[in-house]
Amino acid sequence: MSDGFNLIGKARRRVDGRSKVTAGTDFADDLSLPRMLHCKLLRSPHPHARVKSVDASKAEAHPGVHLVMDWTDLPIEFGILPVSQDEQGLTEIARFAGDPVAAVIAEDELTAFEALDLIDVDYEVLPVIAEPTDSLENPEPRIHDYGEEGNIHKRVSLRFGDVDGALEGADEVFDDIFFFQGNTHLPMEQHASLAAVDPQGKLTLWSSTQTPHYVHRALARVMEMDPAHIRVVAQPNGGGFGGKSDVFNHEMVVCKAARVLGRPVKIALTREEVFYCHRGRHPVLMRFRTGVTKSGKITGTKLQTLVDGGAYGSYGVASLFYTGALQTVTYDLPRYQFQGCRVFTNKAPCGPKRGHGTVQPRFGQEIQLDKIAHKLELDPAEMRLNMLAKPNSLTANYLRIGSIGLGECIERVVKASGWNERYRNLPDGKGLGLACGSYLCGAGVAIYWNDMPHSGVQLQVDRSGSVTVFCGCTEIGQGSDDVLVGFVAEVLGIEPFDVRCVTGDTGMTPVDLGSYSSRVTMMMGNAAIQAAERMREQIATAVAKELEVPAGRLVFANRRVFDAQDPEKGMPFRKAVNRAEAMLGTLGSTGSYAPPRTAARFKGGGVGPSPAYSYTAAVVEVDVDRTTGWISVPKVWVAHDIGRTLNPVLARGQVEGSVYMGLGEALMEEQVYRKFPSKLSGAYVHKEPSMLEYKSPTALDMPEVFTELVEDPDPNGPMGAKEVGQGPLLPIMPAVANAVFDAVGVRVDEVPITPEKILRALDRKAKGEEGRYGPESFPEVRWPEPLEVPPPWDGGDGRAVNDPDRKRAAKLAEVKSS
Amino acid sequence: MDEREKQRLKCTVNGESVDVLFDGYKTLLEVLREELDLCGTKHGCELGECGACAVLVDGKPVLSCLTLALECGQRKIETIEGVGDAKLHPLQAAFADLGGSQCGYCTPAMILTAKELLERNPDPSLDEIRESLAGVLCRCTGYQQIFDSVEQAAEELRRGEKAEVNS
Repeated sequence: MSDGFNLIGKARRRVDGRSKVTAGTDFADDLSLPRMLHCKLLRSPHPHARVKSVDASKAEAHPGVHLVMDWTDLPIEFGILPVSQDEQGLTEIARFAGDPVAAVIAEDELTAFEALDLIDVDYEVLPVIAEPTDSLENPEPRIHDYGEEGNIHKRVSLRFGDVDGALEGADEVFDDIFFFQGNTHLPMEQHASLAAVDPQGKLTLWSSTQTPHYVHRALARVMEMDPAHIRVVAQPNGGGFGGKSDVFNHEMVVCKAARVLGRPVKIALTREEVFYCHRGRHPVLMRFRTGVTKSGKITGTKLQTLVDGGAYGSYGVASLFYTGALQTVTYDLPRYQFQGCRVFTNKAPCGPKRGHGTVQPRFGQEIQLDKIAHKLELDPAEMRLNMLAKPNSLTANYLRIGSIGLGECIERVVKASGWNERYRNLPDGKGLGLACGSYLCGAGVAIYWNDMPHSGVQLQVDRSGSVTVFCGCTEIGQGSDDVLVGFVAEVLGIEPFDVRCVTGDTGMTPVDLGSYSSRVTMMMGNAAIQAAERMREQIATAVAKELEVPAGRLVFANRRVFDAQDPEKGMPFRKAVNRAEAMLGTLGSTGSYAPPRTAARFKGGGVGPSPAYSYTAAVVEVDVDRTTGWISVPKVWVAHDIGRTLNPVLARGQVEGSVYMGLGEALMEEQVYRKFPSKLSGAYVHKEPSMLEYKSPTALDMPEVFTELVEDPDPNGPMGAKEVGQGPLLPIMPAVANAVFDAVGVRVDEVPITPEKILRALDRKAKGEEGRYGPESFPEVRWPEPLEVPPPWDGGDGRAVNDPDRKRAAKLAEVKSS
Repeated sequence: MDEREKQRLKCTVNGESVDVLFDGYKTLLEVLREELDLCGTKHGCELGECGACAVLVDGKPVLSCLTLALECGQRKIETIEGVGDAKLHPLQAAFADLGGSQCGYCTPAMILTAKELLERNPDPSLDEIRESLAGVLCRCTGYQQIFDSVEQAAEELRRGEKAEVNS
């Protein structure tokens, strides 16, 4: 489909394709500088301990060692969210086994490794808070001295309409508890960073980061430097998936060391250390109570989530809100209540992984819908089609939906998979499962409050006809450079090869907030189009004068600018830019983008709004062996509403990569911990910080995937485009669980869905018990009084009617006026 | 032996003879990246788990992180830098065109492993492709477009050979 576009929608080699296959892409660890030194971190073996003292004398005396540092060298705290400034470059309190407490900088890596063994750390070992129930039950010892109370980081309670009444009025109420185990990103590239003080005395950090702008801000704080004298360069990431979105200790350490020593300092993490950096999927326990009518319409849902945050804040407050945000954008949900609680535990910190916070409740919601369909004897696809959310509508929690192609997605996977003939009709041990999902196209609100654009793009045009585009966006493998160049080339009617892009460099490029929340195509894309259209206008002004045709009639295509009514009348792009430069002076243009203002005016309403939502439906086929419980997935059908496809090669790659990652989460991946016997140390440590034990699907495990792209252009999207990098992951895990039920008639209400769990459920069913494996209860949480936000159809205006802060403000105003 | 005592390696890398001194403890991966500046060979775990460091030694795929450079005397080593020239090798072109490479971190190992497969078996089945690539992990693509890339390159190479026979 071309729709009159030059490039958009056509399959082509990505702009960085050649460099990826020729060793032309420099990842952070591929960089080296003259006189460069190497850094290694000493990590705490204790999950919870105070560093009483660090004796570095032996390490410092070791030949080849240049510097040893501990927390006293880097005392200033930082964190990705302004409300969670709780990490140190080197920590005074180890909050998980693997927290870095000291650093060695030496002439080579081996020397640095050797010196780690020579550092004597005197620890005061503290009791361990291992599981969320421990956090709820034990306010002491506090892992952090901030948060709501004890080891509760944050609680939230939001009510949109009379949900209790909605449940009472329902024909049936379903009450289900689910558990989503934590898992990690496992990017192939281990994080690496190189810091150097340049000849002028300014600091530069090259790093594998998805968020150079936020690293820049944090560095200024921790280094106590003017940010104008710091430059952060995001090297292309060897995979991110959210795991390189935080600001990391090792980035602070090498910057500090480079400043102390006046020499370049590099660190390349080991695979084990990447498991400790983590910031992966939060383990989430959840309870869904949903009322339905006999015909399968939802009257209301009450959701509770208990979110295991691990040792630090990270993006956790946002993650917590996300567990309750997107339940409303797929299906009509007139009354809704969300209560969520994030706790601290002495484990590697959780954070944003592909689908950030929305993945876990989507798992519960889509399985519960399958249970509802089964009980009401409805077809799960049909039932969903009958309750789809409406396009161009506001949800109960004030999210503004634009285009929604979910219905077509469902229809396509139903047709392709032979659902109507095969579902509930396959032989025993074989099953089909269907599930849906939705995801943001960028967060509506920046991580720190500001009223500036979320993405900026600059264009520079050379007399040769080459165009250079500058943007702070970060290439993490997803193809953001290709999107950037593609839009610019499309608007100017030139080839991608004519465009050079400079990205992810705070010293050279306008700010783009980073590669997270599927925001890049939406935000950078709109900014790029604006910059290119402004450039086109300048060029058109000059060409119109030269050719004596109205500027509005000029077409930019095939590297030419010409009259639409007389295509022969025109000039090459190069000549056109020369004419424009002669007429207007040096050519340049900028574009910027900020999301539309959200309709949600209640506290917490900043998480969930997005310029647009993408939609996905998937059908998964499974084979389950009743004797061994062994489960395999022979085929997946997936349809994704992408708004508009820019480059189908990359779009398909994002969908299939999401399916792959989803299958890993569904079947095998888990970030789990174990307690050493107390006679050893009693420590609570990562069970499998290596790729041998942390299993992920190989080329042999990956099923055939049938991918369809549904194009329902969104008015907010750049040329109608929506995201594709995260959304297609969401339906995969619940679709696997639903397929297991179709295959052998038992429910596994948690991931990963392993053969042992299937066997346990089958055993229970054979004994006449409920054929289910999953969590049995949801612990007591002292929830705050819910903020009451009446939905739009109850006359609400997006504000809470009982916000104590608002009441106080109103009272204050009253007192003042009296 | 002192593990740091300098050792001498004479071998062939990408068709060029190499004579290099290195610390004796270093793996082939480290010598390639750190002594020869051939950073196209990646590391993902240094424990033989991920396959990102695969290179060809005497034409066979080998995990360079588990191979001591000391073992490589007189061997013929091929890295991604030696694949293709000004013109891309059909595998490189296919990976670039068909989405076989996303972040690109596993790509050198994938391409070298596939190259060995196609030299041994010019017309592999999908199962044979899956099996030969199973030692290299990719977290981006879901492998489908990698399989497509290998199939297209195999076809291209077969066509090329046929053309040579005919000419």
